Amino acid sequence: MAKAELMDYDKALELFEPVLGFEVHVELNTKTKMFCGCANEFGSGANTNTCPTCLGLPGGLPQVNRQAIESSIRLGLALGCEIAETSRFARKNYFYPDTAKNFQTSQYDEPIAFNGQLTIELETGRLVTVDIERAHMEDDAGKLTHMGGAAGRIQGADYSLVDYNRGGVPLVEIVTQMIEGGEADSPEIGKTYVAAIREIVKALGVSNARMEEGNVRCDANVSLRPRGSNILGTRTETKNVNSLRSVERAVRYEIQRQAALLHAGGTITQETRHWHEDTGTTSAGRPKSDADDYRYFPEPDLVPVAPSRAWVEELRATLPEPPAARRKRLQADWGFVNLEFQDVVNSDLLDVLEATIAAGAPAQAARKWWTGEIARLANAAGVSADSLVTPAQVAALIELITDGTLTDRLARQVLEGVIAGEGTPSEVVASRGLAVVSDDGPLIAAIDEALASQPDVLAKIRDGKVQAAGAVIGAVMKAMRGQADAARVRELVLERAGSAAVEPAPSGSGE
Amino acid sequence: MTSLINQTAAALAGLLADGSVSSVDVTRAHLDHIDAVEPDVHAFLHVARDAALATAARVDARRAAGEKLGPLAGVPIAIKDVLATHDMPTTSGSKILEGWIPPYDATVVRRIRDADLIPLGKTNMDEFAMGSSTEHSAYGPTHNPWDLNRIPGGSGGGSAAAVAAFEAPLALGSDTGGSIRQPAAVTGSVGVKPTYGGVSRYGAIALASSLDQVGPVTRTVLDAALLHDVIGGHDPLDSTSLTDAWPSMTAAAQAGLADGALKGVRIGVIKELNGAGFQAGVKQRFEETLALLSAAGAIVSEVSAPNFEYAVSAYYLILPAEASSNLARFDSVRFGIRVNPEDGPLTSERVMAATRDAGFGDEVKRRIILGTYALSAGYYDAYYGSAQKVRTLIQRDFAAAFDKVDLLVSPTAPTTAFKFGEKTEDPMAMYLNDITTIPANLAGIPGMSLPMGLAPEDGLPVGLQVMAPARADARLYTFGAAVEQLLEAHWGHTLLSQAPALANIEMFATEGGAV
Repeated sequence: MAKAELMDYDKALELFEPVLGFEVHVELNTKTKMFCGCANEFGSGANTNTCPTCLGLPGGLPQVNRQAIESSIRLGLALGCEIAETSRFARKNYFYPDTAKNFQTSQYDEPIAFNGQLTIELETGRLVTVDIERAHMEDDAGKLTHMGGAAGRIQGADYSLVDYNRGGVPLVEIVTQMIEGGEADSPEIGKTYVAAIREIVKALGVSNARMEEGNVRCDANVSLRPRGSNILGTRTETKNVNSLRSVERAVRYEIQRQAALLHAGGTITQETRHWHEDTGTTSAGRPKSDADDYRYFPEPDLVPVAPSRAWVEELRATLPEPPAARRKRLQADWGFVNLEFQDVVNSDLLDVLEATIAAGAPAQAARKWWTGEIARLANAAGVSADSLVTPAQVAALIELITDGTLTDRLARQVLEGVIAGEGTPSEVVASRGLAVVSDDGPLIAAIDEALASQPDVLAKIRDGKVQAAGAVIGAVMKAMRGQADAARVRELVLERAGSAAVEPAPSGSGE
Repeated sequence: MTSLINQTAAALAGLLADGSVSSVDVTRAHLDHIDAVEPDVHAFLHVARDAALATAARVDARRAAGEKLGPLAGVPIAIKDVLATHDMPTTSGSKILEGWIPPYDATVVRRIRDADLIPLGKTNMDEFAMGSSTEHSAYGPTHNPWDLNRIPGGSGGGSAAAVAAFEAPLALGSDTGGSIRQPAAVTGSVGVKPTYGGVSRYGAIALASSLDQVGPVTRTVLDAALLHDVIGGHDPLDSTSLTDAWPSMTAAAQAGLADGALKGVRIGVIKELNGAGFQAGVKQRFEETLALLSAAGAIVSEVSAPNFEYAVSAYYLILPAEASSNLARFDSVRFGIRVNPEDGPLTSERVMAATRDAGFGDEVKRRIILGTYALSAGYYDAYYGSAQKVRTLIQRDFAAAFDKVDLLVSPTAPTTAFKFGEKTEDPMAMYLNDITTIPANLAGIPGMSLPMGLAPEDGLPVGLQVMAPARADARLYTFGAAVEQLLEAHWGHTLLSQAPALANIEMFATEGGAV
């Protein structure tokens, strides 16, 4: 396939106005599938989570999963949608081997949720409001694996395998209205919008929201309108863009590709396009027209879904604070500057930080530990930070520093102990004997000994060369195995050096 | 010595319960009779001889051990091949499912097994229940026991013929536009299409989901009621299944046997289902039946259902539309036969096409094409949409009629059994044959067919159709049992006792000699 010509991005924006639209599929994390009792589970043996209904066997019939309806309503509400008083499933008819019934049970003219809005904030602080046309329920298809031939692609494959474990898994498809005026921010709008959806479904707890497992999948529609024209251009639909960065790249790529093509006098084919993560390009899929005829009709095997208003209000009351509002509130509460706060958000540490602070830790100390030492250890171990320690443990650790029991250095050792499963921070302090020595007695004894063994240093201090005390402090800290407060040691060193009680050891006494 | 095969299910149940006969004896008698008459009748696509005898032996052993069994325990039953059975092939009369054994039982099959009935085998039918004659079965037609050159009705001709030919006392059928009632009518048996949602459709291979309903096929109204009680009731696996607490249909049927059961019952004769196009002998027996009903104290009046004239047209849009989608799953990927294209590349699309081309019969293809067209963008409103509106109008006609009367009656079919080949070349003539039975499916109401005599001109059975409001199935059984008793008293015998002997067997030998 010839590599597509791309126009310089800035030039493309000069000549054309991008118009966007997104369809985001969210896989719900219900225990069972949308229309049968099979487990909704990732990673089981091929075709083990199947039954006559989700295999589309003759005689199989669907039953609606109430939990999926509940999750869909909550998601609809979180997107500011209206919830339909009655909503119906419809059959979307098309033949494809991954679709067991050769129709998808979806919703057509009566979706469960419609007319929503989601405001997203770009890095520049620009606010963009995305209008949500609808959020509807449907069942997922199975998974095809093409064997033999080139790189697992269908072209040239010898045969294909199909796993229906995913067939019938509940999906909510969120469809935006056309997004105009995105201009040069268009790619970032795509990324930020999908990130916002991901954050919302995660906060709601309705999806595992792992893009790498396909829990959240994005189809990006892009068209270009020549400057000065009010006629929409032909759009392409880039399917299954499965990371935030890819959404951004795919939108940008399509803008550049379409601009080059249009500028050269070509036309855009209305089609689906495949996104290639490795090359960062899209390639033509199947032609798609608005006249694609799926022969929708109301699903006769299911009765309409008519959620009572009381239930909807009950569910509305369970909605968590919108993630964007929550971030604003937390940043203000904690007094973090943007960089500090972004660091926390990007490291996915918002929840643990909030919990740590709720457990009594000062915000900055909590941030410092989570984004610092804990993140470093997690990185090294290749695990997530919150899998190493709990917010309560971190708060307890910070408390021990604040009350002077531990220095930062000791606290790092305690943290290691906690991670190693040796118990709570206090238990680790006790068992490893790591507390700061706050009794002056042992310190004075160690200082006197150090001063006595370094008469030249003692002399310098007595001559007023206070900085010479460093050598003694070092020796004392070493003798105390670090379990001393260095500032206090310094104070005592100066005090003891000025005292007559300390005498240099008689020369020749060293053996 | 009373023959075991000409007993009603109720009578057999009594003999089994009091230990006069064993289920193995009853089952073997039926299996032997099946062997004798099947070459002529071809009601069965599969006979499970060994499994039936083994099941019967187990039921006998449990009964002998003192276990309390259900009322029909040990009674044999035939199952329409549209119903999934985990231990018998299930083809829905189609080549595309040849040899397919489902990994599960339909809910109604599970219920008859749980009630310890003895499945004898699977009965023939028009392919995917599309037809009124069983001539569209991929496995050859079933013959009417009354005249082997005639159709047994359809699509459930196999179940009706099996019952009428005494191969089974009970059978299960399915009725989308008359597939239980019309075969019952033309074979002189009893068939009931329950209220939509009254009996689970789970495991019934769908023809038209919004019309299909599973129901009993028997020789008496009481037997139908007994079977209805076994298979009916809510099933969480069928979302359209009603959650109603149903009354006992058996008790309802027994109530119909009481003196004066017909007194004051308001019967509506549907004007639009009693006119031109009805065979003279059919009309004659219908009029006679109405006269008998009046004489028994029923109040007979005429009601009009003006929208019934659109019923067949609406039905033949809704049915193909739903069927075109329901039958999409027959694609060779997961089950059924697979046919590769003769030349060219082996893509999944081309294999699907070749399989469907080879696996589906002409009538199935005709309806898939009709339905695909009716659902197509730009035609949906004109066809499927309009048809659904007609459906609403027909429901209103029924509602208006049931404001005035308790039950509606009509001949079950316009004619008696026609000869093979008479209508196969003219699909419209075949479709119009369902004019009487289709409205009940469109409205979701229950309907029953029971014998009301033989047409004088051809000596073939004529059926009386009775319809009741949705959920009033019990009313059908009470009335049906009363009418059956009235007619048999009038005739002095059961209708099926007049059927010609099919094999060299003294079917009705009694101690008093042949009846």
